[in-house]
Amino acid sequence: MPFINWLKRRLVVIAGLATLAYLLLPNVVVTVFSFNNPKGRFNYEWQEFSTEAWRDPCGVSGLCGSLTLSLRIALWATLGATVLGTMIAFALVRYRFRARGAVNSLIFLPMAMPEVVMAASLLTLFLNMGAQLGFWTILIAHIMFCLSFVVVAVKARVMSMDPRLEQAAQDLYAGPVQTFLRVTLPIAAPGIAAGALLAFALSFDDFIITNFNAGSTVTFPMFVWGSAQRGTPVQINVIGTAMFVIAVLLVLVSMAVGNRRNRRKA
Amino acid sequence: MKTTEDTSTAGRGGDVRLTGIGKTYGSFTAVHPLDLTVPQGSFFALLGASGCGKTTTLRMIAGLEEPTSGTVHLGDQDVTALPPYKRPVNTVFQSYALFPHLDIFENVAFGLRRRGIRSVKKQVGEMLELVQLGEQARKKPHQLSGGQQQRVAVARALINHPKVLLLDEPLGALDLKLRRQMQLELKRIQTEVGITFVHVTHDQEEAMTMADTVAVMNAGRVEQLGSPADLYENPRTTFVANFLGTSNLIEAEVDSASGGELTLKAGGGKLVLPEARNSAATTTGGRVLVGVRPEKISLTHADDAGEIPGGRNRITGRIADSSFIGVSTQFVVDSPVCAGFEVYVQNIDRDVRLVPGAEVVLHWNPAHTFGLDAGQSLLAGTVGSAGVGTVEEEVAR
Repeated sequence: MPFINWLKRRLVVIAGLATLAYLLLPNVVVTVFSFNNPKGRFNYEWQEFSTEAWRDPCGVSGLCGSLTLSLRIALWATLGATVLGTMIAFALVRYRFRARGAVNSLIFLPMAMPEVVMAASLLTLFLNMGAQLGFWTILIAHIMFCLSFVVVAVKARVMSMDPRLEQAAQDLYAGPVQTFLRVTLPIAAPGIAAGALLAFALSFDDFIITNFNAGSTVTFPMFVWGSAQRGTPVQINVIGTAMFVIAVLLVLVSMAVGNRRNRRKA
Repeated sequence: MKTTEDTSTAGRGGDVRLTGIGKTYGSFTAVHPLDLTVPQGSFFALLGASGCGKTTTLRMIAGLEEPTSGTVHLGDQDVTALPPYKRPVNTVFQSYALFPHLDIFENVAFGLRRRGIRSVKKQVGEMLELVQLGEQARKKPHQLSGGQQQRVAVARALINHPKVLLLDEPLGALDLKLRRQMQLELKRIQTEVGITFVHVTHDQEEAMTMADTVAVMNAGRVEQLGSPADLYENPRTTFVANFLGTSNLIEAEVDSASGGELTLKAGGGKLVLPEARNSAATTTGGRVLVGVRPEKISLTHADDAGEIPGGRNRITGRIADSSFIGVSTQFVVDSPVCAGFEVYVQNIDRDVRLVPGAEVVLHWNPAHTFGLDAGQSLLAGTVGSAGVGTVEEEVAR
């Protein structure tokens, strides 16, 4: 029975590792296949090891252009949604105004609505207004659907904030601007950062709404989808792997910085 | 803190004068217009149950609450229209409100930095020494204990040399032992820096221990203002009589008045009340509430009634309950004039006959008697009574 006992003691660890493996397996596949040298146009079967795609990630026409466009849209959408969403969250928590309750629930509607429906109705709206489909219509749509997520993230943070902290700042000679910059913003920052990250991720890989409202513009998810019809270049795996690695590195760096700061202060 | 006298608190600059200051929220009156002067350098306490308007009053001095009427003066300066960040006043908040994202050093330096002072290191260091937290400068607030956080809050306010330091229930979150310790600590700091302290508390013991002057507030009004001893010995309302310590209150009728003394009838017996200690308007035949503190009363077994010296107020009764608490014994005595008379007897020579059921005579020096207006509730200010527990509802009505 020692084995059973050993298993019992490590059950949590084993379950945790299994879950992690489940989560990370797709990423592993993407990474492995970024070193593949496929025969034909589809990168679905392992043939042989090659670093060719890594040496020329922009080798497929249109790929890097769509990637740059997606990054640009994601950055602007993140900025727009974060600024607007933060202001909405503060307004909802701090101020009592007419229809506050209604706004409070309406803000969640885009999250609950099926994306296809939203995409179609947005397209109808844009067409009726005679808008030129492209970068701007995509950006407007992205800011709109990212907004609710930012509001939710920031609101939670602002709600848990003690209003006395701002009063204390004012009591200690900080005017309204100083109070906001020195106390309110730093304390709300984790919520705002969470909202911004969420917005970036949502915007960057959005396909459905973008596809409806892009006109002839091609974003990275649309490019991947389009090329999947005709064959998948290895470069897509390269870009995917690179993004994953960059994200992991960012997390590691921020953790290291945080740790060192804490150790220095303690 | 040597710089204190030659900077902002010099002269009478630290007087706080409230003139007709009041606050209403819609139809609810939190503070009825009141006048109050806190002299420079004093330790002043606003004492009252929750919802009595004491914190609102404090916040109006800080500028965090806009008064509906009246003015706030600091020394000769009218600060009524000034926002909090322009007032030479600092606050120690309830539950401290330390900035969680800043370390202790930066918390304390906050006020200095906002006023554009660059070299803060020496001052912050000295201030942290004053509150005995020099070692903790680089910790975050959540890494400190409640008592330490409390001291940071005091340091953060005091470093600005305010004309007035406002303390909003600063010890409320601490346990009893630490609270006692911090009371002495705050008193020491106040004596050391000489700044005017205005302290809000619901704890009558805390107010009496620390303050030079106490204003007892009830339902948005100042009931009585005076030194702790004055309030305790000469309460002028039943609320004050019951809220500060315990009082025995007897309903009596005025029999006659002569030579500065009122003679009263209560349940067949006679009581004497010095007119100077009577705050009720009395006419012969009118009614008055007679009060006496439990520790002023002597208890004599009925068998020895003859040995009681003349000229003392006497009441007969029977011991209903007694509890021995070490330094004293607390008796509850039922008498015809007042059920549940409380008597605290020092344990000097214990009379073994004083047990529940024993017939006794209560007697005290008439000079320790006080007279109150009979039109008030006997129970105002007692724990759990209308007066304390339901102040908000009373005011709301």
